[in-house]
Amino acid sequence: MKPLHRLLIHGLLGAFALFFLTPLYVMVVTSLKDMDELRSGTSGLLSLPASITLAPWLKAWSQACTGTDCRGLQPYFVNSVVMVVPAVLISTAMGAINGYVLTQWRFRGSDFMFSLMLFGVFMPLQVVLLPMSQVLGWFGLADSIVGLVIVHVLVGLASTTLFFRNYYIGIPAELIKAAMLDGAGFWRIFVRIVLPLSTPIFVVTLIWQFTAIWNDFLFGVVFSGADAKPITVGLNNLANTSSSVKEYNVDMAAALIAALPTLVVYVVAGKYFVRGLTAGAVKG
Amino acid sequence: MGALSIRNVHKRFGDTQILKGIDIEIDPGEFLILVGPSGCGKSTLLAMIAGLDEPSSGSIHIGERDVTHALPKDRDIAMVFQSYALYPSMTVAQNIAFALEMRKVPRAQRDEAVARVAKMLQIEHLLARKPAALSGGQRQRVAMGRALARDPKLFLFDEPLSNLDAKLRVEMRAEIKQLHQRTRTTTVYVTHDQVEAMTLGDRIAVMKDGVVQQFGTPDDIYDRPATRFVAEFIGSPAMNLIEGHATAESILAHGVELALPRSLRGAALPGQAVAFGLRPEAITLGAVGQAGHPLPGEIALLEPTGPETYVTLDTAVGKLVARLPGRIAQKLGQRVTLGWETTQVHLFDAASGNRLEAPQGT
Repeated sequence: MKPLHRLLIHGLLGAFALFFLTPLYVMVVTSLKDMDELRSGTSGLLSLPASITLAPWLKAWSQACTGTDCRGLQPYFVNSVVMVVPAVLISTAMGAINGYVLTQWRFRGSDFMFSLMLFGVFMPLQVVLLPMSQVLGWFGLADSIVGLVIVHVLVGLASTTLFFRNYYIGIPAELIKAAMLDGAGFWRIFVRIVLPLSTPIFVVTLIWQFTAIWNDFLFGVVFSGADAKPITVGLNNLANTSSSVKEYNVDMAAALIAALPTLVVYVVAGKYFVRGLTAGAVKG
Repeated sequence: MGALSIRNVHKRFGDTQILKGIDIEIDPGEFLILVGPSGCGKSTLLAMIAGLDEPSSGSIHIGERDVTHALPKDRDIAMVFQSYALYPSMTVAQNIAFALEMRKVPRAQRDEAVARVAKMLQIEHLLARKPAALSGGQRQRVAMGRALARDPKLFLFDEPLSNLDAKLRVEMRAEIKQLHQRTRTTTVYVTHDQVEAMTLGDRIAVMKDGVVQQFGTPDDIYDRPATRFVAEFIGSPAMNLIEGHATAESILAHGVELALPRSLRGAALPGQAVAFGLRPEAITLGAVGQAGHPLPGEIALLEPTGPETYVTLDTAVGKLVARLPGRIAQKLGQRVTLGWETTQVHLFDAASGNRLEAPQGT
């Protein structure tokens, strides 16, 4: 490539990156300024803090009020972790098993079943709100973290199944047949032959599910009781709790705390994500 | 009772008949070839022997046992697949030991089996590698090793050489044959390659459209093909077939009279439409007017292979191919005469394709 072209492309990419990173930058610098500096008007939106303070972060984490409760985001964060970990693990594991069955142990009607599940990927989630809350009520799971986990597993199953099914379709059928002849059964083949080939798609699905469930607001606000609200709901309540002053620095710190886990996941595993999405058939 | 017997096996997929009543029985230690063009049902039949598919009707017996509906793992068989199907995440040694591990064979015995097989196949230096780091021929060897480790009752091969280049194919073919001569494990081998069929098989089942056209030794199949299809399928270049009508002592084709040997007189009714078959190597070339060379022709194509020369000739009965030893003196376009060994004439009914033979005792 000619140097001029290269310069042009890199310049353009750099400009875009800057454009998309600016809000994040504003959030970070604002969260590190104190309220006096924010109010003074000497400090612009983009300027670096005159003196760095971690007080807004501390307040957002453990002191800020949502309504009358002044424990900060901490309890919501814990709720989210307690909800996300089982929901992600269960929905991913079940998606893997579904994908394995739908590609390597097909049965009469399995393709039809798969197309029905695909439907779940595109279904507007508002549709399930009322029936879901009714069913959760019947089982006594309304307003609980367990109920929220079940909702996320059920809703996530469509996408996780799709991911694994499309990946496992690339595993040669002869591999499974060979293992059957060697004496391995359904689970042994899955654990010994299929799982070791699945790392890329597991990374993709785990990241996907983690992001989707961590960022979910709709189900969090509808299905969680007073003690089970996830961080997205907590952040909303914190930012909307009216008090005499609007503490922008605390709001920004709170938003960053809520976003941090997904940011970390992408930074750590982002390259596997892209690699997994583009990974094709399994090489023999 | 045989080592493997297949009794009246049918297979239907919807309205399509894939197998139409297969009967095959082989003895312990035999090497059976299933050969035929693609779509003839040979791979389906092998899958049923393996237990990866079930017949619509009929039964399959391994030794004394009816295994028609038994699970693959309960049949005591091992199979080598066309794609080798080596487990990508395991080393060569783990691949070979996997079946033993599944059968809960103790570690020490497994290691012993891996060492024995690796030595037999000369893959000792590859044991720690993953399949992705192996060449095609090495993968083929490992796939055989995996099957050998278990000492199964029955060995199944599904076109195992078709992914290899020509030179390696010949090498591996010889190795498979030597291996069988050493282990004497009853083997079923599916191929579409007639050379593999002829060189490897103790007995060959030639299949077409879900029917066994002929089941016999390679010599039987080559020397006395039961149908016109078998005659054309086995042998390269293929048998020359001349369409004509029978008279009492000859075949009349395109106005040319082709005399029948004494042994074939009475095989066809006068007026019956038949095909007169001659293997390319049965034909000899002579000078114009030479005795014993009844059919004039002109050389249309010369294909020297080194040890032999294939000669395509234009004659009154159509194009015929002769296979002559060494180089030949005749030139392209030269007029010659064709003669043949009358004992090597084959006769087939044009309508049914079946081999015609004279009634016994005439």
